[in-house]
Amino acid sequence: MDELRDLYQATILDHNRKPRNFRVLEGADLHADGHNPLCGDQLTVYLELEGERVKDVAFQGTGCAISVASASLMTDFVQGKSLDEVESKFEDFHEMVTSEPDSPVQTPDIGKLAVFSGVREFPMRVKCATLAWHTLRAALQQDGSTAKTE
Amino acid sequence: MSGRAELDVAAIRKDFPILEREIRGKPLVYLDSAASAQKPRAVLEAIQNFYANAYANIHRGVYQLSAEATALYESGRDRVQGFIGAADRREIVFVRNATEAINLVARTFGETQFKSGDEILITALEHHANIVPWQMLGGRRGTKLKVVPVDDRGELDLQAYEALLGERTKLVALTHVSNAIGTILPLKKMIALAKAKGIPVLVDGAQAAPHTRVDVQDLGCDFYAFSGHKLFGPSGIGVLYGRLPLLQAMPPFLGGGDMIETVSFEKTTYAEPPNRFEAGTPDIAGVVGLEAAIDYVEGVGIDAIEAWEQSLLAKADAALTEIDGLRIIGRARDKAAVLSFVLEGIHAHDVGTALDQAGVAVRVGHHCAQPLMTRFGVPATVRASFSLYNTPAEIDVLVAALRETRELFG
Repeated sequence: MDELRDLYQATILDHNRKPRNFRVLEGADLHADGHNPLCGDQLTVYLELEGERVKDVAFQGTGCAISVASASLMTDFVQGKSLDEVESKFEDFHEMVTSEPDSPVQTPDIGKLAVFSGVREFPMRVKCATLAWHTLRAALQQDGSTAKTE
Repeated sequence: MSGRAELDVAAIRKDFPILEREIRGKPLVYLDSAASAQKPRAVLEAIQNFYANAYANIHRGVYQLSAEATALYESGRDRVQGFIGAADRREIVFVRNATEAINLVARTFGETQFKSGDEILITALEHHANIVPWQMLGGRRGTKLKVVPVDDRGELDLQAYEALLGERTKLVALTHVSNAIGTILPLKKMIALAKAKGIPVLVDGAQAAPHTRVDVQDLGCDFYAFSGHKLFGPSGIGVLYGRLPLLQAMPPFLGGGDMIETVSFEKTTYAEPPNRFEAGTPDIAGVVGLEAAIDYVEGVGIDAIEAWEQSLLAKADAALTEIDGLRIIGRARDKAAVLSFVLEGIHAHDVGTALDQAGVAVRVGHHCAQPLMTRFGVPATVRASFSLYNTPAEIDVLVAALRETRELFG
């Protein structure tokens, strides 16, 4: 069960049980729905901006522990960050969860999000970990489309 | 359904090379045969031997090799005819899988027989393969889909079924066994009710053919579809059974070689069934493999297989019921060896990943039966399905892994 505990680290289990920022953001400037058709995960991400910066962010939805915890930790992480920073952190995060299992883990300054490093051992679960981020990006692009991981 | 079936599972397991595999350092416990069954050595060898010694295209060459390949392909048709009790070998059409078989009927029979306002009656238990082709047909022809509901056990509401069999019903399309929750439909009775009103019946037998005796004449259905890969045969070969007068009246499905009688640029006349529906070079080796798979199943004995699987189902049902927070979805009294369940507070995909760590392969998700999941108010379930090569000890592994999963997510 060791690999399993690497995947489901205590922080992930905690955020799955008690997701942070789990609410509808009244007066959100932007929002988008995300859907992972393989798993049936369904998220809505809400954003309030102040200029080029995230003023507030929240989410609602259902999904597996990885997708819920990822959304929860992401919303904590991007609070107050500039939109450029959000984009570049998504790239770092994506890089971490899709890197080769045997390569050294790269977690360049993504704070608690490093708990998702175990996901790369489980390629079937990468989409769960990135759904919230894809949805956040869709909200920022605000083209009215539903973010999909397929 | 207690007692030991006459099936030597240790000997059977030796027939399936893949069962020697380890997954993440643990022996593979394969509980996903409802998605696709593993292949016995006899099937693998039949295909290998065919390609190595008797391969050529069929129905064309005058040379000996082509004649041999044609004979093998056509003997596969005879074998399938006997296996499902069809009256005539021309009633057996080879397709890719059950999905293609149903689409074939929708595109030919449906396209020419149905008009706007006609109803196609299906059940709440259907796999998407027996929903979507009829919806697509509705988009083209204006036909309507009617759905027979299920009760909380996952059994069909037969009164509703009778009430829905109406003037406008032009086809009843039923699953034989639910892939998602295992319910076995009282098919013979349901078919008789439809036939009494002159309504043709198509049966999706993908989940039934590997586990129970199928006799299409006894059932009285007009079409019966199944896939080779769930029957321990190769992937890519499936069967459509259709009553001969219906097949003879149906237009072709795909156009091309082998389905014609004569072709000129002005007019083409079509071959008789089954060739009319088998355009192009078919999956010849697939038919050879399917024949070997049927030989294998009949060698073990379909009744022995059914009894063994029922004993596994009874054990698994009892053991899983003991696990705190585990809810079994679908408690039909007549049920195939499929157990669909949810663990309270733990998403099915997390359960699937945790079980995989213990070497246990199960299906998680909506099982291509989203309307049924909606009916039971769950987005997804974990599904363990049992086959002739599974053992009681594997159920113990499943149960232990589920307990560990509960502990982890606690």
